[in-house]
Amino acid sequence: MTVAAFTFYAFAVTTLLGGLMTVMSRNPVHSVLWLILAFISSAGLFVLLGAEFVAMLLMIVYVGAVAVLFLFVVMMLDIDFAELKAEMARYMPLALLIGVVILMQLGMAFGAWDYSEGVAERLAAPAGEVQNTAALGQLIYDKYIMLFQLAGLILLVAMIGAIVLTLRHRTNIKRQDILAQMYRDPAKAMELKDVKPGQGL
Amino acid sequence: MIGLEHYLAVAAALFVIGIFGLFLNRKNVIILLMSIELMLLAVNINFVAFSSFLGDLVGQVFTLFVLTVAAAEAAIGLAILVCFFRNRGTIDVEDVNVMKG
Repeated sequence: MTVAAFTFYAFAVTTLLGGLMTVMSRNPVHSVLWLILAFISSAGLFVLLGAEFVAMLLMIVYVGAVAVLFLFVVMMLDIDFAELKAEMARYMPLALLIGVVILMQLGMAFGAWDYSEGVAERLAAPAGEVQNTAALGQLIYDKYIMLFQLAGLILLVAMIGAIVLTLRHRTNIKRQDILAQMYRDPAKAMELKDVKPGQGL
Repeated sequence: MIGLEHYLAVAAALFVIGIFGLFLNRKNVIILLMSIELMLLAVNINFVAFSSFLGDLVGQVFTLFVLTVAAAEAAIGLAILVCFFRNRGTIDVEDVNVMKG
């Protein structure tokens, strides 16, 4: 077994183990950690495929942002997870049945699948001299610039939506009143009193 | 040499694990969202594998957009979840019946 094959099988097994433990784990915090493991090992698979940029993006976006977001939410909400997990065994047969059926369908689809003519030459084509990241940049900043901008717009909408959904105004706390601050007159802010000695105010 | 079929098999297995998780965790919305992330990851593995083996970078470009949409979806989903928990005190999917006629 070559090094590449060994690395592939190690990453593949780790990815699948991480995915399986994500859905089977009893503690949601452990679930998130297994999810991070699945993401990291699939980033390894991407590196093996020669897609370094997407692999690093997976590490930054998924492990760095999405998984940590999940972790925050799991730890922020005060939920009795034991109660939620209690009925897991009830759904197990249905879940197994549907999983096996879909796996068999995918197996049949891939089993009967074959390369069409002319693909063999393309498969053997060399990747070229250009680095993966540079080539991707030339594509997304040139041919797919519109889609790239739209992706940014989607992220902006998601950010504003998340803020609007979770922002709440509580009534009994003090907030900064900016207009009151701006219209405040320094002359009226302070009053000088002439205090006689020994008398007080 | 690891062939395209190996990567497709991994992606298919990961996708099925995602669907399995959807049916297994009927109560816990957080795990449901994580299962959806796993399924999107499987789709991404498919895209990148085909892109690499066919020598066509467009698959990786598409993976970028899938990643973007997945991140946006996770953010909005978790925000809705936090909102729902504040109002109802639970994250059980079966309690989401406010709109039931």
